[in-house]
Amino acid sequence: MVAVLQVEGLQTWFGTKDAPVRAVDGVSFSVARGEILGLVGESGSGKSITGFSILGLVDPPGRVVGGRVLFQGQELVGAPPETLRRIRGKKIAMIFQDPMMTLNPVLSIETQMVEAVLAHDDTPRAEARARARDALGLVGIPSPEERLGAYPHQFSGGMRQRVAIAIALLHKPDLIIADEPTTALDVTIQSQILFEVRRLADAFGMALVWISHDLGVVASLADRVAVMYAGRIVESGGVDDILDRPAHPYTRGLLDALPATARRGERLRPIPGMAPAPTARPSGCAFRTRCFAAGPDCAAAEPEPTRAGERQWRCFHPLAEAAA
Amino acid sequence: MTVFVIRRLLQSLVVLAATAAIVFVGVYAIGDPAEMLIAPDATPAERAQVEASLGLDRPLPAQFLTFVVNALHGDLGRSFVFNQPSISLILGRLPATLELAFVAIVIALALGIPLGLLAGLKPRSATDEAIMTGSILGFSLPNFWQGMMLIMIFSVWLGWLPSTGRGTTGTIFGVETSLATWDGLRHLILPAVNLALFKLALVIRLTRTGVRETMPLDFVKFARAKGLTERRIVLVHVLKTIMVPLVTVIGMEIGSLIAFGVVTETIFAWPGIGKLLIDSIMRLDRPVVVAYLLVVVSLFIVLNFTVDVLYSILDPRIRVGRGA
Repeated sequence: MVAVLQVEGLQTWFGTKDAPVRAVDGVSFSVARGEILGLVGESGSGKSITGFSILGLVDPPGRVVGGRVLFQGQELVGAPPETLRRIRGKKIAMIFQDPMMTLNPVLSIETQMVEAVLAHDDTPRAEARARARDALGLVGIPSPEERLGAYPHQFSGGMRQRVAIAIALLHKPDLIIADEPTTALDVTIQSQILFEVRRLADAFGMALVWISHDLGVVASLADRVAVMYAGRIVESGGVDDILDRPAHPYTRGLLDALPATARRGERLRPIPGMAPAPTARPSGCAFRTRCFAAGPDCAAAEPEPTRAGERQWRCFHPLAEAAA
Repeated sequence: MTVFVIRRLLQSLVVLAATAAIVFVGVYAIGDPAEMLIAPDATPAERAQVEASLGLDRPLPAQFLTFVVNALHGDLGRSFVFNQPSISLILGRLPATLELAFVAIVIALALGIPLGLLAGLKPRSATDEAIMTGSILGFSLPNFWQGMMLIMIFSVWLGWLPSTGRGTTGTIFGVETSLATWDGLRHLILPAVNLALFKLALVIRLTRTGVRETMPLDFVKFARAKGLTERRIVLVHVLKTIMVPLVTVIGMEIGSLIAFGVVTETIFAWPGIGKLLIDSIMRLDRPVVVAYLLVVVSLFIVLNFTVDVLYSILDPRIRVGRGA
């Protein structure tokens, strides 16, 4: 499989030089053409920052301090601003978490879509407008011709997210990075959006990095899953392997905390404690303080990735079911 | 919208009536205009005749009642000093003040918005520090002192620009104005700059704050993710967003420029309504003072209304009477 996107040892730090906050600390993964990768983790695990780092959209004081981001073989880390601009929206599009915040409230949908077309293609305005209208129709917005003149506040949250997706689709990009795009929506809208995204990704052969804290959402969408904890990917592999036979105790914990997997009448089992702040991570394995399988060796060193076929994990005490 | 306009009009009438009453009584309380108007060696009979002709012999409530009745007929009284209708005195002087205020606000906006953008986009840079220091000076140095320094430097030392009066005026669209002649423009520069300095400082701060608040918002990041140029993001997305607070403040400030250009007009002997007001207060020329304040209050009412209408143009969310 040809990788559209290859991320190697990505490090994105915040804070000052003397006291860096390592939000993303050595993340590696790759996405193949037309593949959907679910990037899962708790709040603060660095998953969103990873997404923004790919496109060079991390706000200062955050900065990418190490690693490589190869998009179709082209290095994006440290690429000139104009090069990055030409890729953004054209080759790699992004969908954000909160549809209430991503559209500019004082500009019409038409303005915001047409400018996105014209940012990359030298086409007449009328044609750009027609493309915008067609994109709205594609994501299931009724009477797109009239809705084009509307303003964001005239749309519901779900509809706004559809508009954002339509904008992402304008240039039929090779890769879409979706940062928790359904988190702010209610469940019925969420499943509609998931259905649409899956359909459109298949139709255009787009690769997708789907960032989410919700394993349930990822399970219904992704081909492969990467689980992040404290700025690192602790486990990755095919979606069925990860969900049915997790190797990392953290993944197990996430699954046990899902209402859908618990049996009726049984209490949910939350992971004890909270994800450590990037400034106060435990030595060795960052998860050991919350881990049921941790031993004394976990504090001594950081676990290196263990590979087994398509999957890999970072753990000294992987769960037995994975090995089977 | 109609209800809104009617309610606005009724409110305005109440404000006008209250202002008229307060000013009328206030000026009455300051002193007897007869003392100023009648020569000290006049006989009591001459005195009584003048007082009777001006209506000053009658009790205050009666005088006020006459004033209100006349005012409702569009007659704001005759100046005691010039023996002309006070309103025509004011309207005759108004163009001079309006052109001064207009040029001042143009200077404040034309310099303030770009400087504010520069400062806001690079916070804590040397450029930002320099601009902000300048704006602090603009704010805190007394306006009359700034005016005197301008005269000292540009008129006395350098001899570049004249320091008093309006110069030769010409007519544009039938209005007599200094903007029509080179000499008039030269006379206009110093007082307009003096009047603009404080507003300039204000516009810089407002713009800078607006930029700092808008830049971290999601829609700016999303605009970047669409691949828009920084230029378009700043000049369209950010600028249009910060126009709403800017228009509010500027609308009110235009009113205050016209109403309180008094100091500048006095320093530069500018024959506008501010100078007329000061002269009239000195001579206890009550009809002029009252008429002046009514004109200024009306001006504020009109400006307030204009600002409200501008809002709805700038921010579609405020638009009234258009369903979502």
